[in-house]
Amino acid sequence: MASTPLLQVRNLTTQFGSGAGAFTAVNDITFDVNAGETVAIVGESGSGKSVTALSILRLVPTPPGHIVAGEVVFEGIDLLKLSDAEMRAVRGNRIAMIFQEPMTSLNPSLTIGLQIAEPVNLHKGMPWNMAYKKAKELLERVRMPDAQGRLNTNPHQFSGGMRQRIMIAMALACEPKLIIADEPTTALDVTVQAQILELLKELTHETGAALILITHDLGVVARYADRVCVMYGGKIVETADACDLYERPMHPYTRGLMASIPRLDQPAGVRLVPIIGQPPNLAQLPPGCAFNPRCSEAAERCRRDTPNLMKAGDGHSHACWMVPHG
Amino acid sequence: MTEITYRSKPSGTQLMRKLSSFRSFVVRLFRENPLGAIGAVVCLIFLFAAIFADLLAPYGFNQIMPSNRTKPPSWQFWFGTDHLGRDIFSRVLYGARLSIIIALAASMLATIISVVIGIITGYLGGKIDMIAQRFVDAWMSFPDIVILIVVVAVVGPGMLQIILVLGCLYGVAGSRIIRSAVLSVREQSFIHAAQSIGGSNTRVIWRHILPNIMPPIIVLFTMRVGAVILVEAALSFLGLGVPPPTPTWGGMLTGSARNYMYLAPWMAIAPGICLTIVVFSVNMFGDALRDLLDPRMSGTR
Repeated sequence: MASTPLLQVRNLTTQFGSGAGAFTAVNDITFDVNAGETVAIVGESGSGKSVTALSILRLVPTPPGHIVAGEVVFEGIDLLKLSDAEMRAVRGNRIAMIFQEPMTSLNPSLTIGLQIAEPVNLHKGMPWNMAYKKAKELLERVRMPDAQGRLNTNPHQFSGGMRQRIMIAMALACEPKLIIADEPTTALDVTVQAQILELLKELTHETGAALILITHDLGVVARYADRVCVMYGGKIVETADACDLYERPMHPYTRGLMASIPRLDQPAGVRLVPIIGQPPNLAQLPPGCAFNPRCSEAAERCRRDTPNLMKAGDGHSHACWMVPHG
Repeated sequence: MTEITYRSKPSGTQLMRKLSSFRSFVVRLFRENPLGAIGAVVCLIFLFAAIFADLLAPYGFNQIMPSNRTKPPSWQFWFGTDHLGRDIFSRVLYGARLSIIIALAASMLATIISVVIGIITGYLGGKIDMIAQRFVDAWMSFPDIVILIVVVAVVGPGMLQIILVLGCLYGVAGSRIIRSAVLSVREQSFIHAAQSIGGSNTRVIWRHILPNIMPPIIVLFTMRVGAVILVEAALSFLGLGVPPPTPTWGGMLTGSARNYMYLAPWMAIAPGICLTIVVFSVNMFGDALRDLLDPRMSGTR
């Protein structure tokens, strides 16, 4: 773990639009992912989680969006400086991505065998018949029953959970060093969610791949992540080891999140405490800390100065003026 | 066992697989969509008749038999004869050649132009889309028939001119349909997924966009076939089509047939029925093809 991290995101900033309507979806975020580690990015809708993921792969749709500043150093190379062709050689090969909606992320008019074989054919130059065999192995690894028979079927014959398995097989095809899973389970039934996450965890463990797990579900985080970044208003407001975060959440937003999920160990009849107000409009962030309008502890300084991520010991950092650091 | 044959003859099995998939396609066509199958068979019959018109026609298309003018259909003259004593059946066969060549060639050209413009503007978007679509707007604001008349007036009537002009006219107009299909496919997340596995633009277009816009492409093509045959008829009516005495269905339908409408109605009926049947069967076959190519429409195999 002491060696250089697999992925170092430094001061990454992504904006959408230009001129007066421009807003910053990802604002100056910095985090590391070590080899083989699972990092969760947690936050509400619109907090910039997905844009972070897309920015790492440089898939932010550009006319409106563009990466303004920062570095994304992967295996010692800054991805933001690569040419388009070099970047394509990284996508799907060294870094793979799993999308949110399994129902629409597979091409309805191609067989699943073809789609799983495609990255292998594309990146490893493997002829199609070999790639097909590889696709069958991959389907078996994601526990698809009757893998051989399923190769020639079309996506519409599968349920959401099965399709997500197929997406995982596609992601694993070239044995990437990093997998980015953008809310892989939000569109699935609760029972299937656990299976998919368990599978993802197991397979990344087997292949030694690191995983960036983007989610809004703190329960998922507790169970599967090694480290957690909490995002709010396009910034990381707190980062810590998963256990540490649950034991002593520091940032008021994280504490609010924790208070708003039901727990088994709380006495019956106790009401959940919601975070009051709406997530901020990224185009009109309040001055100072983005969370200050919803924060019960906000003071004068919070409305004036924007706090940055500051160390609070034990690999725990947070961005709040009111909570002691170090 | 299969393993061994697979390794020893990879190219052979590949070919076999292609053949067997074609056979299963034909079987499915007949079983699931008999109307479309009939359309396909009728199209093939007409194509066959057009290609082998020389062998099939009992008389030459320009062979005049003065003693047999305006004879009704009989065993000697299946579709009757026209006012000059030419056998209409023979003329219909030869006319099929030109009409079908013009229809297929112009529709194919039109569809290719539509797909190329539609995909480029729809997929790339931005400024290219903006400029190309204003060009299409300008193009579409001219009435078709005016452009046709101008071109024919400048370069003279003929098959090639008609094919090129109709191909361009319909091609540019149809690009809107393809573009809108591309726009809706492009926003789906499997396109993002294809980009996220590192596919280049050409690969994404070829493997992920094109298969998903096949339904509108097929419908566009079959609609164009009918439209081109009809426009060719209209042009012949204006004297701007393929010049006589070469027979085309449009020409036979609208030429001297009008003057003999009461005396010899078969002069118009025979090419008219052929025209209707071809347009109808191409449409039927196109619809069937569209349904069969859509994986969601087929049951589990």
